[in-house]
Amino acid sequence: MKTKGLIDIAELTADELDDLMTVAEDIIANPADYAEACHGKKIATLFYEPSTRTRLSFESAMLELGGSVLGFSSASSASVSKGESVADTARTVECFADVIAMRHPKEGAPLVAQMHVNIPVINAGDGGHNHPTQTLADLLTIKRELGRLDNLVIGCCGDLKFGRTVHSLVTAMSRYPGVRFIFISPDELRVPEHVRTEVLDRNGIPYEETTSLEEAMSKLDVLYMTRVQKERFFNEADYLRLKDSYILTPDKLKTAKPEMRVLHPLPRVNEISVDVDEDPRAAYFRQVKNGKFMRMALILKVLGISVKGGNVK
Amino acid sequence: MIIGSLVDGIVIDHIPAGRGMELYKYLRLDELDCEVAIIKNAASSKLGKKDIIKIGAPMDLNFEILGFIDPRITVDIIEGGKRARKFHPALPETIIGILHCKNPRCITSVEQELPQVFRLTDKEHVVYRCMYCDNKAKN
Ligand SMILES: [Zn+2]
Repeated sequence: MKTKGLIDIAELTADELDDLMTVAEDIIANPADYAEACHGKKIATLFYEPSTRTRLSFESAMLELGGSVLGFSSASSASVSKGESVADTARTVECFADVIAMRHPKEGAPLVAQMHVNIPVINAGDGGHNHPTQTLADLLTIKRELGRLDNLVIGCCGDLKFGRTVHSLVTAMSRYPGVRFIFISPDELRVPEHVRTEVLDRNGIPYEETTSLEEAMSKLDVLYMTRVQKERFFNEADYLRLKDSYILTPDKLKTAKPEMRVLHPLPRVNEISVDVDEDPRAAYFRQVKNGKFMRMALILKVLGISVKGGNVK
Repeated sequence: MIIGSLVDGIVIDHIPAGRGMELYKYLRLDELDCEVAIIKNAASSKLGKKDIIKIGAPMDLNFEILGFIDPRITVDIIEGGKRARKFHPALPETIIGILHCKNPRCITSVEQELPQVFRLTDKEHVVYRCMYCDNKAKN
């Protein structure tokens, strides 16, 4: 059996997701038990495009497990600027590290790396395609904030057409019973047809689509915000007309349930007003922290390290 | 000429009109030494017009791509002047080295030596997606 990392969130079963969350919650409760778990192990963070937040999260995850880190943070600093293939770079790094976390602007690059090495490769974001560890952060946040992953009404707001984090969240949440989605976006940025047919319809997940955040607000258990980027619009006038409709403000939150939670993959620009940050429903900074714990749990899993005996599959 | 009567060979029938030449390329029929005929715009009761390819020798061909182009395509195996077998090509789980990913953001667009692999993700609607980027192949 070839060693496997994580390329696409769809590779994980609901049981495996639950196991990862169990380990992450145990790490949160008993960090000292894990402080030496990866002693002598190295993670290579191969970042062909800068993403400081994600890279630091992987690196601090490994450091907190007692391991060490090496890597590069942009393509210009690496031999890749001399035109080396992803496969060759991965094979070289395999000689130095025990696990790779790869960020690449081209879709499928981490899969190419995984096909050529016998150490696990974790996709840390491949263009607009997949970003499975973000989804792990999202799931743990929902679980910790609301106490469950089933029977939830999840609102996804903003750019649902290009927003890969939304597509992955929909894929992952479609495994849990009683989940319903409300997609809130301008017509131009609706959830793509393939997500509706191949994920939602295939799994019989109920959903509705609306252009109004205010209308959906009171029904939601989770509000997953994403950024509406100017360059996604055909013309400036449409962008100006629509942009404020998808900005979350304390005013718009007034009708939300008290136990509702706001998530955002970050970085935000202006789609959540800073006045919302102090609201207890704003969970996006706690989400960042959860991301690190899930990356710790994932590193343990792909390295086959079990701290509490058994259970790591 | 094999257009009239084929003794031993293969007839690929009910090809959507205008797609015959494309199949000729996918099946690499240009590499064959035997007679090959492409009939364009033949009258068809089912399709109105269709293309037909006749190959004047028995051989093993990889027919997997045919079902992706159109599941109505049929293959007749002719032996001794008679039809020995007729079938609709099945949909393969993967198509390797035939289709090319057209997504400019796909890793295969910059690393062209990578094998082109497409997976069947939706049998009912005959959807194949690039293994690397999940882009849908157009049929
Ligand atoms: Zn592709």
